Amino acid sequence: MSAAPSTAGAPGTRFSRLGLHLPGLALNAVAFLAGLAFWWAITAAKLVVLPGPHEVFVRAIELAVNGQLALDIFSSLKRVLTGFVLGAALAIPVGFLMGWYKIARALIEPYVQFFRMIPPLAVIPLAIVTMGIDEAPKIFVIFLASFLSCVVATYQGVISVDRTLINAARVLGARDRVIFPRVVIPASIPFILVGVRIGLGSAWATVVAAELIAAQSGLGFRMQQAQLYYDLPTIFVSLITIGILGLVMDRLLQAAERRLTSWQERAQ
Amino acid sequence: MTHSKLSFRNVSRRFGEGEKSFLALDRLNLEIADGEFVTVVGPSGCGKSTAMNIAAGLMGVSDGEVLVDGKPVSGPGPERGVIFQQYALFPWLSVRQNVEFGLRIKGLPAAERRRISDHFIGLVGLSDFADALPKTLSGGMKQRCAIARAYAVDPTMLLMDEPFGALDALTRVHMQDQLLDTWSRERRTVFFITHDVDEAVYLANRVIVMAARPGRLHKIIPVDLPAERNEEVRLSKEFAEIRNQVWHSVYHQKPLIEA
Repeated sequence: MSAAPSTAGAPGTRFSRLGLHLPGLALNAVAFLAGLAFWWAITAAKLVVLPGPHEVFVRAIELAVNGQLALDIFSSLKRVLTGFVLGAALAIPVGFLMGWYKIARALIEPYVQFFRMIPPLAVIPLAIVTMGIDEAPKIFVIFLASFLSCVVATYQGVISVDRTLINAARVLGARDRVIFPRVVIPASIPFILVGVRIGLGSAWATVVAAELIAAQSGLGFRMQQAQLYYDLPTIFVSLITIGILGLVMDRLLQAAERRLTSWQERAQ
Repeated sequence: MTHSKLSFRNVSRRFGEGEKSFLALDRLNLEIADGEFVTVVGPSGCGKSTAMNIAAGLMGVSDGEVLVDGKPVSGPGPERGVIFQQYALFPWLSVRQNVEFGLRIKGLPAAERRRISDHFIGLVGLSDFADALPKTLSGGMKQRCAIARAYAVDPTMLLMDEPFGALDALTRVHMQDQLLDTWSRERRTVFFITHDVDEAVYLANRVIVMAARPGRLHKIIPVDLPAERNEEVRLSKEFAEIRNQVWHSVYHQKPLIEA
């Protein structure tokens, strides 16, 4: 999802090669409606034992009206944002430290590389045992997930700052304490934002999974409950909500990224 | 005692250690006078960029010393402006902010910075682009902005590493004339690296020819052409003669036989 950020920025693309003079947005809508129709068709024909779009929609309205959906969304978002903000807030300075000081890099990097290889979800059992079943273990796991992806991106950003830019600043009289805020930080922002986006993605994926295991509220918890009662429409509502919220957060960050890095030369 | 602006005294620079090390610069001795425009040409690996980086204070010496105004170089200094081949503009800053970068570091007040940046942006013909970001500029405009940025901190010497190397032939000629024009109006010592023999002769008072493996001084060729350079000079017989002389000493260097 981070590999091709530029394609999403062109909703007006025309597919004239196919003879379809439709803007991309209209094609998106066509695909969406076709998917919905397909879903309706296979469920209406009883080809699969799944709830149809109508049933899911009705359940969504129900859950929205009785406030449960809002509560679940709020619980999940609160966890993900707390963990994510803490993770990113620690990761960015640590990443800068690792990129700028060789000693810090040598001391920290082995740990980062090692913990990166452990899926954050694998830490859940340990977190529950040591931190109880409160909010703490969930937030900790999300913190870990977002910290690890942000720290690597920030560190990569700092070490890939163009040497010539640093030299250019030095010959203009800048010392390290000026070069760092005026050159290194702005030059690494594009990398950091990619890391933040990946971090938020993995935080979101992690929160839902963490709630499946231990929670009293949240979208993951709701699905887990629904599973016990064979309540498929609720599972669908939760899944769709998770997808939409993830998409919205990613798009918001993408928009922020484009704003903050509008100075970058991009390949057309 | 001669009045040298920039002196290389027995400067050597070795890269790497032990078996794999190589000598990038071997005992370079060079005196450049105040206000002189010298160009440096030579095959790749002749140490011309190494020499410039040492003079800029971006790289240390393995042996010998470099003096600027008689004082040993120990790091970058505002009296030496550097212009890089890759422009090295800060892409997140506008043309004006780039030009004012060094002035901010000096701690000049905003009004003073503005006055200076206006002057130099005008000098390189970018007044209409003062608020543009580098990504919107052409290669030639970027290099002009880099020149304005270097000039703004008022260096007494300019070190230029193939500044016009990435430009097309037409823009390059235009930039050469513009550089000479600015140089004649605000005279500075210029140490200009190029791989273009025509450019080397056209701009210089003296052409320094270097040789590779190890990088060393090969020959100094004085350019005895009228002070004011123009198309007429470029097409003259005298120009062609010096050009041939430089060409010959760059491309027909006898390999060094090491004992």
